[in-house]
Amino acid sequence: MTTATTGVRAGRARKVRTLGTARHAYPLWFYLPAAVLFLVFFAIPTFASFYFSLTRWTLFDQEFIGLENYIQFFREPQLYQSFINTLIYGFVTSGMKVVIGLALAVLLTSALVGRNYLRSVIFFPVLVSTIGVGIMFNALLDPFDGVVNGALETLGITGPGWLTNPDIALLTIAGIDVWKGLGIAVLIYIAGLVAIPTEYYEAAKVDGASKWAVFKSITLPLVKPATGTVIILSLIGGLRSFDLIWATTGGGPGFSSDVIGSVIYKQYQAGFYGLSTAGNVVLFLVVTAIMVPISLMLNKREVEQ
Amino acid sequence: MRRERIMRWVLGITAIVASIIIFILPFAFIVVQAMKTRQEASELSFSWPTELAFVDNFIEVITQRDFIVARAFVNSTVLTVVSVSFLVIIAAMVGYVMQRRASRIRTVANFFVLAGLIVPPAVVPTVWVLQGVGLFGTLPGLILIEITFGLAFSILLFRAFVSTIPRSLDEAAIIDGASPFRIFFGVILPLMKPTVVTVIVVQSVQIFNDFANPLYFLPGDDNATVQLTLYNFQSQSSNQWNLLFMDILLITIPPLVMYIFFNRQIVAGMTSGAVKG
Repeated sequence: MTTATTGVRAGRARKVRTLGTARHAYPLWFYLPAAVLFLVFFAIPTFASFYFSLTRWTLFDQEFIGLENYIQFFREPQLYQSFINTLIYGFVTSGMKVVIGLALAVLLTSALVGRNYLRSVIFFPVLVSTIGVGIMFNALLDPFDGVVNGALETLGITGPGWLTNPDIALLTIAGIDVWKGLGIAVLIYIAGLVAIPTEYYEAAKVDGASKWAVFKSITLPLVKPATGTVIILSLIGGLRSFDLIWATTGGGPGFSSDVIGSVIYKQYQAGFYGLSTAGNVVLFLVVTAIMVPISLMLNKREVEQ
Repeated sequence: MRRERIMRWVLGITAIVASIIIFILPFAFIVVQAMKTRQEASELSFSWPTELAFVDNFIEVITQRDFIVARAFVNSTVLTVVSVSFLVIIAAMVGYVMQRRASRIRTVANFFVLAGLIVPPAVVPTVWVLQGVGLFGTLPGLILIEITFGLAFSILLFRAFVSTIPRSLDEAAIIDGASPFRIFFGVILPLMKPTVVTVIVVQSVQIFNDFANPLYFLPGDDNATVQLTLYNFQSQSSNQWNLLFMDILLITIPPLVMYIFFNRQIVAGMTSGAVKG
């Protein structure tokens, strides 16, 4: 009895000691530099934004005006429009990246002539800056001189004013966004596809399953973690987007392609810091309200597997 | 069998033709325009230049407005190199302790990493904080911002990778009496090389190509970055397409070189972190 207790005690003491040294090896101060930066340049501005969005603010002076900025944001049609546009832009780009990205990844993991070339060329636009891409497409999509409409004309089609027609400008930019960001989606999907054990496909082949059946009941469910990553990354990027829209149309024509990101910048430029910050809080709420349930759902699925 | 092989060729060639139209031609367009004289480039047509002005355009872009593009290149390089160096070390430290040691701080840190991934930064209040610490409109200020905004994603990648390093290695170092500092920099960090390379490439491209943060936090011509000068250049001289495209060509070279050198590692590191982590 006594020996047993001392044995347990000794064991506990040893455990405590090794734990002690283990702690020593993983010091908490390693968190410190990141924590300071995060606190000062991320957490504090985020918390401050809730207060400043309720003020008329000049960076030096602020006057508390309650919900006025929010009322203005949702009452003025062009500001409200940016809210709708943000949702359209986020879901269109994200949906297209999932569908086209998966299709291309399936194509590029099959035995295909010129596979490596295709993989690199799809990734290439990721490396070009968004501003560069914006300027390039401004030239290519010019309604009169542009190469795209010139090519359509030889086919007998009168091309639209891609970036100058208010009805389609936002969707055109979404298309450019997909063109630029597709490489990352394809890369993630290829990684997901390669990780699927080949035995499943062999078994399906023995069973004589059709290609579509194989895709639907093997590829699609097993590539789900990659789909989750693509959805999360592209939705976050799409909802926050600013650069590409600013470089192509600047939110125009009119306010037809304004998103919350460009409204924040316009209001900042005009000196309406309170209203700009309210836009930021709206963006924060939109992104959180959409991303938190989606990431919870995707995580749950992964656990079930 | 034979039909399948024909299919493979048909599909492959279709894909290659499509890729040339969709991806190669736009870049060929940039290169061709950058070679043209101002007048020819303003037509925006996809024709071969009658007169090659590649070198002239290059010199004009570089020397324009007191070498502003050259200065911007220096600024962007300093910004990228300094930010990424600190980012790698700071994020690796967090990823390492986070994976190895369970504590209440870890729960909090986890929450902040997720928040950092999702939450859009509050820009004007960040300007206000930067002014408060006296770093608004300075390169060091923007460096701190870029490090902060890059932390969440980098920590995730590092943390996922540390879980593949066996604990027995740390324990051996502990028994040898190495200090935590030694263990991390001497044992762990060298083992994390694949992820370090991935973070370096991904974040360098990201920071070098960043437009929104310099626009907000580094206004003015004095220490403009390449993306800002390109943007300002566009709004000032919309008729000089030849110079604009030359500028785009120039600032695409650094990311491109990075990609060509680290192509394989970036793919490996991204996939291990992004899909499993």
